[in-house]
Amino acid sequence: MQLSYFELVGFGPNGWGSALLIATCMTIAVATCGFLVGSVIGTIVAWGKIAGNVALRWLADGYTTVLRGIPDLLVIYLFYFGGSAGLSAIGRLFGAEGFVGVPAFVTGALAIGVISGAYQAEVFRGAYQVVSRGELEAARSVGMHRWLMFRRIIIPQVLRYAIPGLGNTWQLVLKESALISVTGLVELLRQSYIAAGSTRRPFDFYITAAILYLFVTWVSTYLFQRAETYSMRGLRRTS
Amino acid sequence: MDFAFMGETFVNLLRGVPLTLNLAFVSLALGSALALLLALMRLSGVKILDWPARAYVFVFRGTPLLVQIFLIYYGLGQFRSVLDSIGLWGFFREAYWCAVCALMLNTAAYSSEIIRGGLQAVPQNEIEAARACGMSGFLLFRRIIFPIAVRQALPAYGSEIILMVKATSLASVITMMEVTGIAAKLIAQSFRVIEIFVVAGLIYLAINFVMTRIIMAIEWWLSPHLRRPPAVEPRLEAAHV
Repeated sequence: MQLSYFELVGFGPNGWGSALLIATCMTIAVATCGFLVGSVIGTIVAWGKIAGNVALRWLADGYTTVLRGIPDLLVIYLFYFGGSAGLSAIGRLFGAEGFVGVPAFVTGALAIGVISGAYQAEVFRGAYQVVSRGELEAARSVGMHRWLMFRRIIIPQVLRYAIPGLGNTWQLVLKESALISVTGLVELLRQSYIAAGSTRRPFDFYITAAILYLFVTWVSTYLFQRAETYSMRGLRRTS
Repeated sequence: MDFAFMGETFVNLLRGVPLTLNLAFVSLALGSALALLLALMRLSGVKILDWPARAYVFVFRGTPLLVQIFLIYYGLGQFRSVLDSIGLWGFFREAYWCAVCALMLNTAAYSSEIIRGGLQAVPQNEIEAARACGMSGFLLFRRIIFPIAVRQALPAYGSEIILMVKATSLASVITMMEVTGIAAKLIAQSFRVIEIFVVAGLIYLAINFVMTRIIMAIEWWLSPHLRRPPAVEPRLEAAHV
């Protein structure tokens, strides 16, 4: 008996709706974690690029050049295969026997973080250059220390100018999260693959996955737009 | 680090380079033609042409490339009898053509926005000047609008080319043995992740380095007006006249 499309992806007894919904949440979760890891890496790398130290700048430039020049899939393979091999080696040092696996979620989030960190570093660097020098000097002249200045002056302003760029990076991360399916993490694409295999209706499931991805990107575009308007509320813009 | 093993890996991975380049170039060439069409549709100002192009760009930029590849490679198999009857099944049965098709459709969406930006950045007064000389239609497009637009769009298109070279690695998921595909197979056989990763990464970096140099050379060639004039030897004897 051939099920209709809506029976297939719906929430009925034969439907895959709840599985697909959970998988969508997994996609969002792994993308969010990866994005946050990337923010931390991006901040550090951007700082390395801005700081005066030549060696540090070379290191930071090398990081962004390499990570933006090699395919993301390769980085995911590195974390997927390399992570378990590395952990097993560490485990052997402490006397553990055999193979230690890394949870696919952690590998995925770390791989995405390392990749998106390179992109976010460029976004933060660009935004930092827009922050007016006068404000930094003013902060220093009233006796603000580095950390306080970073927290009160630099972060709010850099974030304001970085929001459009961060929005782009988020879209990238969201789409990259589909690659995590090769490691076996049951996110949206993997779940669709499983469902397609067991029902022999691949087109229905992949088109559903595409629609769900589209929905998530559409909602996040809207949210980023709101955030941008909010962050600019006190500013008069030219044109 | 085992350098003998890395050398062997390098030779193995080099066999994947032709396929990687082939996928990138074929899909870029077909994709840019489609992108130009889409950009012209968006700029035409005709709603029936504008909206499909908008929807196309929204869909292909909003979904992961891997989903698009799966949709074409696995998904179209569901319509085998239909595709068979119109003679397209032989085409979509091949992983190569599915990969090219997905990459082409994907890059067309991104490039059409780049081309649209370039076309819109052509200064209006240059078009007016050309019109004043009596140029119009295709000649105006070919001689004035297109060259200026290409010059404006080239830096952004350069990064799209790099992105496409990287995107070809996804073809390995549907059994294509390009550089990443061979690398994944070697990793699964030998479990020497770091060495293989380093070699494969270097190959991609080398390809992308050459690409950026070529694009920079084209940029230089297209913008003679920005180059410094050649140094002219001062003619000393003229001062005595």
